[in-house]
Order: sequence, then structure tokens, then C-alpha cells
Amino acid sequence: MKSSRASATHSGAVLAWQIAVGALAIAAWQTLVTLGVLDAFFVSRPSDIARRLSTWVASGTLWGHLATTLEESLLGLTAGAALGISLGFGFARSPMVARVFDPYIKMLNAVPRVVLAPLFLLWFGLGIWSKVALAVTLVFFVMFFNTYQGVRDADKVLIDNVRMLGASERQLVRHVLIPSALTWIFSSLQTSLGFAMVGAVVGEYLGATRGLGYVIAQAEGTFDTTGVFAGMTVLGVVVVIVSAGVSKLEQWLLRWKA
Amino acid sequence: MTALELESVSRQFVTPDGGSYRALDNVSLAIPAGAFVAIVGPSGCGKSTLLNIAAGLVAPSSGSVRVDGDALSGLNRRATYMFQQDALLPWKNVRENVALGLVLAGVAIADANARANEWLARVGLSAFAAHYPSQLSGGMRKRVTMAQNWILDRGMLLMDEPFSALDVHTRQRMETELLNLWEAADVAARRAPRKTVVFVTHDLEEAIALADEVVVLSAGPASHVVARHPVALDRPRDLFELRTSAAFIDLYRLLWAVLRDEVIKSQRDA
Repeated sequence: MKSSRASATHSGAVLAWQIAVGALAIAAWQTLVTLGVLDAFFVSRPSDIARRLSTWVASGTLWGHLATTLEESLLGLTAGAALGISLGFGFARSPMVARVFDPYIKMLNAVPRVVLAPLFLLWFGLGIWSKVALAVTLVFFVMFFNTYQGVRDADKVLIDNVRMLGASERQLVRHVLIPSALTWIFSSLQTSLGFAMVGAVVGEYLGATRGLGYVIAQAEGTFDTTGVFAGMTVLGVVVVIVSAGVSKLEQWLLRWKA
Repeated sequence: MTALELESVSRQFVTPDGGSYRALDNVSLAIPAGAFVAIVGPSGCGKSTLLNIAAGLVAPSSGSVRVDGDALSGLNRRATYMFQQDALLPWKNVRENVALGLVLAGVAIADANARANEWLARVGLSAFAAHYPSQLSGGMRKRVTMAQNWILDRGMLLMDEPFSALDVHTRQRMETELLNLWEAADVAARRAPRKTVVFVTHDLEEAIALADEVVVLSAGPASHVVARHPVALDRPRDLFELRTSAAFIDLYRLLWAVLRDEVIKSQRDA
């Protein structure tokens, strides 16, 4: 009890400091631009960015772009997870296949995704699917490696115990191997989600008609630094909110951990 | 009737450097149904291998294993196994862990849970049904494991140093609870026969305190049975008093004389 109260006041202090650090940075930025130390043409200024954001919110243009980016990220995350988990599971259960494909998996994972983006634009067009594909290539490997490791790492004693208690192969998979892999998969949700958004935004940045990446790219094309920073701000805020949600989800899913 | 019979069982393992290691050499052992037999020996003497062979988790390199007279192939479905390490599923709560064996056997969840609740009451953990293993003490986890094993009501219980990780007082308490469960079997209304228990330990005191018979294995490699001795102490036993009784001490002296030589041998080689 004592420790939980202590950590509660502690997290309160952390939040206060976080706000203080942010406020200080913004104030310094604004002041330096106002004093002429920094040129607003290159770095914009916080008040302009805030004004731009409120225009976007008021006109409603923000929501469409945001929805597109989130949709692509979510589709990418889902498809990447489905592919990565099922292949990771299959590889872990058949060592021969795993050994044959090992160098190919490593080669594919080493390809920089920016190189793939133009190809995907060519194959899947300017719409959301080229971005989803890019997100998938990022999410897939995180999920694949974690699933593979999770299944391979399943505790031998747990497996023996469950088998002694009468489990069939299928029950073994269901009661031990899948939960064991899920532990690893849930722990990598943050990374996967971040990667999914990176994939979506990079895809939009290189060629799209909608989405936050598109907004940033447009602003950069006209040297509109305020627009670039406003787009980055939205992205940052969304990531913070989403990862707070994922943290809560992860805590709940892994609630059995001490 | 003989519950477990090992006949000339040997087991070799391939070592990482490509050689071979003979863990067990020509072990023959017959354990009568309903008996509590303790197997003691120095560390690394193949006690766990012997138990794993009885469980069907490891196949003997030569020799045969019979359970209730039938040749054992694959896993021993007439036994449950209490491991030295924690073997509860960390992602299932206490009730789900206890009910696991029944669920695996296809018992409806509601029935399985009801019977798990009875068992949790018997081991005094009703209040912890919804806790996860990580939230329990070592002693509580052992009691959950006992309930998980006992709920299946199989005739044989194989135990591999199940209490060795516990502190000395918790350990005595667990030993008492184990004997209570085991001795209660023919007192209870069901009048079911007692389980056959094969209890592996390196602790001679624990072996004598619990068992009807103590089997001493030689130091490895190529462990074999060097002595078997009945433990003629009355039941029910009071484990808190037993260890200072004259009969206990005499038995201890007698068996330690055999085990001591094996321990010295094992330490010389190590």
C-alpha cells in the first residue's frame, strides 16, 4: 500500500515535470523567434503553429487526413500482425522450414523501406493500399520475430506438465504455446504500432492525396514551415495518445505478470 | 499388486561434445500399488531421469517399464508429475490452473470449476482462486500444484524434489499437507485406494520422514540401486516430532552410512 501511494505521488511529480519541460521549450522557442535570434521562416513559431492547428480543426480539414493515416496504420498493423504471427508460428513449429528460409527473411528485413515505397506506389496506386503495404513490411518482421521467439522460448517444464496433465498436441498449442507467444507479441505492440504509423506517413509523404504525410509534404513543397511543424505536432500528439492506450491494453492483457 | 516396475532400465544421453553419458545402468525396481517410495541419491545421480522414464517423458535406452502390469509406451497416463520448478501456467489464475487437467479431459468448464473450488478449499486457498501464480508465495504455489495434480485422481504421483526450493519451515508444512492428502485417501468417504507415490529427493531426512521405503541410488554416471530399506514408522506421522524420535534417528544412521559413500564419490568426481 505504502509503495503504491509513493508511486502515485511520484507519477504526479513526473507529470508536473513533463508539462514544465514542454512549456519551457515552447516558451524558449517563441522568445528566441520574437527576439530575432531564430528566423521564423526556417523554424516558424509556436503561436503561428497553434493558430494553424486551430484553423485546421475549425475548418475540419484535419480530421479527414488524420482518419486516413489512422486507417492505413490500423490496416497495416492488422495485416502485418496476421501474417507475422501465422508465419512465425509455422516456422517455430517446423525447424526445417525455418532453417531453409532464414537467410531470405534476413535479406528481406534488411531492405530499407523507403526504397520499397516507389515500388508499392507503382503496384498499388496512390490510394491507401500502397501505404498499408509499406506499414505491413515494417510490422510483419516485428511480429514474426517475436512470435517465433515466443513459441521457441515456451518453458519446457510448462510443456511437460501440461502434457502429463493430459494435453493433446492441439491443446498444448492452445494452452501453452499461443499464450507464451502472445506474451512476446503484446510486449511488442508499442513498437509495432509505431512502425505501422511510420509506414503510413512515409508512404503518404512520397505520394498520396490524403493523410498527414501528404499534408507535411505539401507544406514543405511551398516552404510553409508552419504547416510542416503543425503536421508534426498532430502526429506527435496522436502517437502519445495511442501509445498510452496501448500501454493500458498491454497492462490488461499481461495482468498475470507480477 | 505392482504399480510401477522397471526392469534392467538403462539410459544414455549424447553429450554436447558428441560423447555419451550413461545416466542409469541396469536399474530394476518394483513399487507396490499404494506405497510411498522415496528415491535418494547424490546430485546428478540420475534420480530425475528415473522419474522421467516412469513418466514416459524420457524413453529408456534399454530395459522395460510396466505400469499396473502393462508395458509403458508414450506418456504415463496413469500418473501425474510434480516438478521441481514451478509448472503452473502463469497466464491462468489459480482456479483455472487447478481445473486444467479436467478441462483438458473435456469436462465442462462449470463442472471443472466446481471441482477446482472443492480442491482449493481442501488446500486452504479458496480466497486466492482468482489470483495469478505470480501473486502467490512459493508455498501457496506448491499447494496449487498439489491440487492440480490431485484433482485428476490418477493412481500414481511422481514427485521430483517438489519442495526443494522452499525454506525449511514452509517445506515441513508442505510435507505435512502432502501426507495428509495422501493418508486421507482411504479415510474419506470415497474409500479410494492410496496413490502410489514416487518421491525423488537428495534429502535423506525428507525421504525417511515421508516414505514407506527408501531406495538409495549410487553416484553417477551409471547409477544403480545400492540399497532399499523399509521405513517402519507408524502413520499418521507427526513430522514436527518425528525427526527427533529414536526410531527415526536409527534409520537415518543406517541409511546415511550407505548414502554417505555415494555423496563422497559424487563430490570427488565433481
